Amino acid sequence: MGSDFEARGPGRRRLLQGAAALGMATLLPAAAVRAQTNFAGKTIEWVIPFAEGGGSDVWARFMSPYLAKYLPGRPSVIVRNVPGGGSITGTNDFYQRARNDGSTFIGTSGSTQFPFLLGDRRVRYDYSNMPPVLVSPTGGVVYLPARFNVANARELGKIKDQELVYGSQGATSLDLVPMLAFHLLGLKVRHVFGMRGRGEGRLALERGEATIDYQTSSAFLTQVRPMIQAGNAVPLFSWGVLDAQGNVARDPTFPDLPHFVEAYEMMHGKKPSGVEYNAYLAFFGSGFAAQKPAMLPRGTSPEIIATYRRAFAEAVADPDLQAKKEEVLGDYEQAVGDNIQRLYEVATTIDADAREWVRNFLTTNHNVRF
Amino acid sequence: MMDIILGALFELLTVERLMFMMLGVSVGLVIGVLPGLGGIAGLSLLLPFIYGMDATSALAMLIGLIAVIPTSDTFSSVLMGIPGSSASQATVLDGFPLAQQGQGARALSAAFTASMIGGFFGAVVLTFSVMAARPIILLFGSAELFMLTLFGLSTVAALSGGNLAKGVASACLGLAFGMIGAAPATGEYRMDFDTLYLSDGLPLVIVGLGIFALPELFNLLRSGGAIAQHNPMGTGWLQGVRDVFRNPWLVLRCSGIGALIGAIPGIGGSVVDWIAYSHAMQTCKDTRNFGKGDIRGVIAPESANNATQGGALLPTLLFGIPGSGSMAIFLAGMILIGLQPGPAMADRNLDVTYTIIWSLAIANFAGTLMCILLAPGIAKLTTIRYALIAPFMIMIISFAAFQATRSVYDMIALFAVGLLGLFLRRFGWSRPAFLIGFVLSLGAERYLYQAVQFSGFEFLTRPVALIILALTILSLWAGLRRSQAAVNTEGAAEESRATVLTPQIVFSVLLLAFFGWVMFEGLKNSYLAALMPAVVSCVGGLSVLYVLGMQARGAKAAGTTNFDQEAHATDSGPWPFVGWALGFLAMTLLIGFFAALALFFLAFLRVVARCGWLQTLLLTAAACGFILLMAHSLNLVFPGGLLQDLYDLPWPLR
Repeated sequence: MGSDFEARGPGRRRLLQGAAALGMATLLPAAAVRAQTNFAGKTIEWVIPFAEGGGSDVWARFMSPYLAKYLPGRPSVIVRNVPGGGSITGTNDFYQRARNDGSTFIGTSGSTQFPFLLGDRRVRYDYSNMPPVLVSPTGGVVYLPARFNVANARELGKIKDQELVYGSQGATSLDLVPMLAFHLLGLKVRHVFGMRGRGEGRLALERGEATIDYQTSSAFLTQVRPMIQAGNAVPLFSWGVLDAQGNVARDPTFPDLPHFVEAYEMMHGKKPSGVEYNAYLAFFGSGFAAQKPAMLPRGTSPEIIATYRRAFAEAVADPDLQAKKEEVLGDYEQAVGDNIQRLYEVATTIDADAREWVRNFLTTNHNVRF
Repeated sequence: MMDIILGALFELLTVERLMFMMLGVSVGLVIGVLPGLGGIAGLSLLLPFIYGMDATSALAMLIGLIAVIPTSDTFSSVLMGIPGSSASQATVLDGFPLAQQGQGARALSAAFTASMIGGFFGAVVLTFSVMAARPIILLFGSAELFMLTLFGLSTVAALSGGNLAKGVASACLGLAFGMIGAAPATGEYRMDFDTLYLSDGLPLVIVGLGIFALPELFNLLRSGGAIAQHNPMGTGWLQGVRDVFRNPWLVLRCSGIGALIGAIPGIGGSVVDWIAYSHAMQTCKDTRNFGKGDIRGVIAPESANNATQGGALLPTLLFGIPGSGSMAIFLAGMILIGLQPGPAMADRNLDVTYTIIWSLAIANFAGTLMCILLAPGIAKLTTIRYALIAPFMIMIISFAAFQATRSVYDMIALFAVGLLGLFLRRFGWSRPAFLIGFVLSLGAERYLYQAVQFSGFEFLTRPVALIILALTILSLWAGLRRSQAAVNTEGAAEESRATVLTPQIVFSVLLLAFFGWVMFEGLKNSYLAALMPAVVSCVGGLSVLYVLGMQARGAKAAGTTNFDQEAHATDSGPWPFVGWALGFLAMTLLIGFFAALALFFLAFLRVVARCGWLQTLLLTAAACGFILLMAHSLNLVFPGGLLQDLYDLPWPLR
């Protein structure tokens, strides 16, 4: 009941403010009225810098009706796809040209954050200037074929001298996270590039071409779990999630599986540390624990930011969304309201040493030119 | 099993669900008829509506659309000579000549019948293989996929357009264009001029439209009349159906090829029509008429491209790996209605799978029926003066092109590739070979690299790889055996013998220079990313050198390398119309797509088509209204120009 009342409270207040604004509308310039942020009759664009049908597109299409329901004035929220340039094109364009009147906002993904964190010279956007309104985490699980006789992460030492093969989407793609993780663990992994999506990597493992793989949570549940049940594969660890303090914690989807840091401890008997771990953490945060942030354009007024944050908080709490979220959002807690800033920083910042180290690592091992 | 199959059927047979399916079929029909727009645009159109729909209705609607597109895209391939979507490019080669000869009805009815049989075939394959397909799909590793790309490339021998060296060079040119963007092995950017646009590579839809549609359009405009001078359709409706039943094995073989290629993830359906077409050429006894209006050249690709959809659903449903762009969106639709693809689709969710299969079968039937009903009406377009149709075509082709990345660069790329296509067509460099090279380029490179990485050069000894290699050699042999009678993909050779070879030689030299540049750019990269560009530019360069050598020997001695469609032209060529198109592009760069479109319509209709003001205004208004409706349904902002960079204008001018 309490939450019901709270949800109604601001609504009534907004109504009064709206009426007051209506009264003053004849006296005040248009901008002041807009500050009341009523989107009635408006169309709001949710820019997705990827093509239709991708993960980010599905995420935005799933969320948008709920957002529309809780934005004041019940505007229609449409998804506008601006594909190209590995999502840099659409994000650059949004960053430079979007109107900051609340009529448009953007949702990006790890693939957009990584070039920013790596200092790609084609990036023209700066995450620190865009106010976040939602951050959606995701997760994944690393697994091995059963024939290695490795029962869990503790036994990983058995194969540390054996060359494993991983089907990768590219050195600077989201598969940078497993690359850094395997490196930290001290596993000898050869990365075979050119996979188009994790699905192809999994297929390579099923065919026996690749020998280590990870899948995102939903694909793991539907595609890998049958392999485990049939005794053909063994789960090792999940990437984990970040708690409110920024510590790595177990993935709620896989509470019985150790997360990466635990797996490291099981294998090495101590916690990971140092610049290499900092680098891993930055990209893990950006690629998983805070993979999909939604942001308003730079220079958006605090009123509009507050309106959006409230709307997203209410949307995420919507019982209908909670009932249907499984396939798209998984069991992950969506960062909204006050929780958002911490997770957003994790997704979009990296310290200078760690960045330098990763750039060197990629240039030395994989010929990446920056 | 049987009860699940029938249960799924009864589940589907409610008025509401059939209505949704027919909605999907109708949208698919319209989208398919419009040149260049295919499954991706159609599904994007429907995706926002699947909210709150029950799963069966949503699936029926999406499948209804997917099923009908390879049927209805035949209209513009046959009647306009412009591929309706990338699935029926090969249909143009024989379908369009048939329409020009007044046998449009025969070509269309043969195509529709073949499409329907192919569609049923795909549904049957899906029905019986969904339980057993997993191990078969897993047989195809990177080694096998590499061999399949080689098999695809081997069809160039049959499609080389009258001169093998030119065909090989065209394929290499396509391969080089396909390498633009990130190299699969290392992620290095090749030939991208340091632009974000090219870093993703050239989009397939733009290459397809530029290389086939624009040159056809310019040349049709030159003729000044309508596409079909007299009775466009003829009376061959029944004959077309008879043609299909007279070639039952060809239909079945091509359906099989389509379903198989569609089912293998990683190859995708975009060359299926060409593979089926060259298969028909390789296996038919009398090949003289291919490229000039042989009905088998229509039947083969059309039976294959519908069967592809059934095959392509296998990896999509079982592995969650979409084989094509439209399958990716279908997958997104499934997730949005709460269905996660995976092994369960052949097990716990088998009923869903059979709902999809029934939808596919029913939609194929309904789609074919609707196409036949609509055919006489749509065919009347071919009797209209082409000057009235051309601006609409340019509008739709541009619109289809900028679906790729929604930017003005799409249009620049379109017209640039269009110019290249114009010259390839004029000088007899096979455009099908170019397209096959383009489509298979990255695949060939990726799978070769992966195969070597995964299993060293032992990949050559894997049994399935060896079988495909044997098929490739067989296909090469069959293609080369026929190369004397090879299809003239670029028009009749006998009318194109020039006496002055200078233009041809200049173009050949330019091609040679291009291959030199590809080599230069390729060698800037690390070994793994440099290998393919080096090999391709060597083979391409040597082929062009050979052609140049022949051409230098004089008009007679040059033999089949001498080919210039403008050799006996008496008008000023396609250039005035190219000028119009470039003018439209320039205006777009200046004031944005929508305003430029309106001005282009007004000017073109007044000056070229010599319409009265009333007709001009009406047609312009119709065009603008149509494009606004399309853009609005797809949530599109039109590509902007300089004006839009400076000012923030309201939609649609934005």
